[in-house]
Amino acid sequence: MTDATANTMKVKLKIKRFDPAESGGKTWWQDYEVDVHPDSTVLDSLIEVREQNDGTLALRCACRASICGSCGMKVNGSAKLVCKTRVVDVAPNGEQLTIEPMGNQHVVRDLVVSLDTFFSQINRVEPYLQPSFVPESGEYTASNESMENLLTGMNCIMCGCCVSDCTVLEVDANFIGPAALAKAWRFTEDPRDSKRDERLKNLNDEDGGMWDCTRCMKCVEVCPKGVAPMDRIMELREAAIEAGNTNTSGYHHTESFYNSVKKHGRLDETRLAIDSAGWTNIPRLLDLAPIGIAAMRKGKLPPVFPHKAEDNKKVKDLYERVEDAD
Amino acid sequence: MKYAFYPGCVARGGAPELYDSALAVMARLGIEHVELTKAACTGAGVLQEKNLKMGDILNVRTFALAEQMGLPIMVLCSTCQGVMSQANHRVKKDPEYLAEINEHLAPEGLEYKGTTSVKHLLWGLIEDIGLDKLKKTFTRELTGMNMAPFYGCYMVRPSDALEFPAYPQRETSIEDLIESVGGSVTDFAGKTACCGFPILFINQANSMKMVANHTGTAKDLGADAMVTPCPLCHLNLDGYQPKARKQVRGDKADLPVIHVPQLIGLAMGMSEKELGLQKHIVSTKEIVRKAEAAPAKS
Repeated sequence: MTDATANTMKVKLKIKRFDPAESGGKTWWQDYEVDVHPDSTVLDSLIEVREQNDGTLALRCACRASICGSCGMKVNGSAKLVCKTRVVDVAPNGEQLTIEPMGNQHVVRDLVVSLDTFFSQINRVEPYLQPSFVPESGEYTASNESMENLLTGMNCIMCGCCVSDCTVLEVDANFIGPAALAKAWRFTEDPRDSKRDERLKNLNDEDGGMWDCTRCMKCVEVCPKGVAPMDRIMELREAAIEAGNTNTSGYHHTESFYNSVKKHGRLDETRLAIDSAGWTNIPRLLDLAPIGIAAMRKGKLPPVFPHKAEDNKKVKDLYERVEDAD
Repeated sequence: MKYAFYPGCVARGGAPELYDSALAVMARLGIEHVELTKAACTGAGVLQEKNLKMGDILNVRTFALAEQMGLPIMVLCSTCQGVMSQANHRVKKDPEYLAEINEHLAPEGLEYKGTTSVKHLLWGLIEDIGLDKLKKTFTRELTGMNMAPFYGCYMVRPSDALEFPAYPQRETSIEDLIESVGGSVTDFAGKTACCGFPILFINQANSMKMVANHTGTAKDLGADAMVTPCPLCHLNLDGYQPKARKQVRGDKADLPVIHVPQLIGLAMGMSEKELGLQKHIVSTKEIVRKAEAAPAKS
């Protein structure tokens, strides 16, 4: 329980352990209870466990000030930097905290994961500036404004929290992941970089690229530095479309949606499905057919002629005003 | 209570049983509503990929229409809730941006002052009606029915735009509702993950894995049904469950995925037809049978 006047508080922890030395690796849950100062972070509590209760508990930390990105792990199911997480905020009434290593990454021991997966994803986007010339002064300059625009992406400390909780990586290890896409955005938006179009095209075309994100927002929620990777992915998609990349189902899906609302004020679900599959993509259309027939038999196929918003002409006029202004 | 009612495209399209069951439950509770027939689609986050500002303008137009009526908006779809909440959050914290949007709305005689709130039926029932009052309308005690909550994404993230700090009970709203009807909660880690719908047409293999994992895990844990506030999650988890379960797990679709008002309607003693439960792809016969056999509420 928290008591502002007390010098200590009890912290109850349920920690997921892993020992690779046992044959095939052994995983188990272990409960601990420690007394720490009421202002303590979850990291302080874990260090207390290691120093006072159980010297075999492995965890990684360095700066203790949410700068180094070493102490990412799951607290009650979602990834956090434990040095930035106060116990009173996650267990206000002395509840037991569940601590696990980050997800979607190889566990080395207990709470320590290997960052090999993380950096192989980052390396896929060539995470360095690629200018086209060397300026005479020897110095690449950029306006304050252009750099301010990059601040969100540049805040990334590579802790891996976004990768840990990504719902696509849970089912597909080939997805490039939120951290790498946010890193790519940082270079596509940098006025000194000369590979913008190429970067956008690669991430648009490749399997596991920008269009495989489901927009679940887990990365936005867990990022401890406000990078909001999914928002950056949405900007990449917008930029890829503007740069003329129109060869993906993702593009057709977005375009169909945009035009449906413009025309009807509402979504034409049937048209959206066919547009996304592609009107000439016979295998994909045949794949849709059984689902459509099953829905029709149950009386829930979307109407062939979509519902329109009343006065839908006004929505169309609004679209045109906004498009003209841009 | 009276709301400006925004049912959303899917409740008027691919999930008509959501619209019908919501109206039936609202009528039983005496909730008044005026449907926002002139409002446009929210963009569902998809339109926003092409043009975020256009999405915000469409949503602010809807807020202005409700503001003119002096009513809060009620939605039936968590995607509508999420996208509208995000748009409202952006314009409320940036008066210059709101002024720019209002300029586009002016020719239609509309202006948004920033006073409209948006509430999903689930939140409205808990926050405005109250679970105690809601329970008084129940005629059955759905004991022995195990139900897995499935929030999906848009009603839990981003938590600041959804005002979770001011309304912490939103985090457990489906569980609270399941308990209020007398059912048991089947908790599972996937309840706030993606259902796979947004990538259905883009990466169907991944989408099917999500459907099979969520429905299969909940079933393995003993759930009789899954309850969701999102018709898009429903379309994928119900409509594609036969294909996903066969393809990924090699088993059969066996977990009905029901809408929030259908669960309430079952507790109110409504029939299968009134709630449109016969329109589901995965059979709901077993849960209807269990509900009909449930003890009357004293």
